[in-house]
Amino acid sequence: MQLARVIGEVVATVKDANLTGTTLLVLQPIAISGEPAGRTLVAVDSVGAGVGEHVFFVRGREAAFPFYPAEPPTDAAIVGIVDHWTAG
Amino acid sequence: MPRHEFGRPFNRMLIAEVVGTVVSTQKNRKLEGAKLLLVQPLTLEGEPRGTALLTIDAVGAGVGERVLVVIEGKAAGDALGRKAAAVDAAIVGIIDSVEYSDAHE
Repeated sequence: MQLARVIGEVVATVKDANLTGTTLLVLQPIAISGEPAGRTLVAVDSVGAGVGEHVFFVRGREAAFPFYPAEPPTDAAIVGIVDHWTAG
Repeated sequence: MPRHEFGRPFNRMLIAEVVGTVVSTQKNRKLEGAKLLLVQPLTLEGEPRGTALLTIDAVGAGVGERVLVVIEGKAAGDALGRKAAAVDAAIVGIIDSVEYSDAHE
């Protein structure tokens, strides 16, 4: 998993039927310093996150697991909202 | 370093140092009770390599320890003891020592 900050929302009216009803959020992965680290990406939300919040997300086929038995075609999913983290 | 075609930075077992903890109240049901640790991947020489990852701890590791991390969903779910859990990285061992000869040989 990786830490990220939610920086936006994607609206797509026409999409795969298995994505219907999902929220698509734009994530900026961050380092433990809080600085941006790497490219932004779009992830499906499974926890009710919002713009500005810190979250963690999972990549790969496991990204569809939170929506079981539905199988949305996604390769990234937000699986937790971060209250706080400690480093060092 | 091989790169996953979808941008996953690693797809193998790796050596890392535990550098922090994460607290998350609101998370996927399958992750309830899981201990979340931030790990910094290391080179064989012990230098930081790449960005820190968030992992599920399956062995009781602590901050400052060197650990073995698996970056693969099935293995990480097994380590957590839950099927089809939305996790892609887990700590599966605490490293006592690493011995190696010249990595380029």
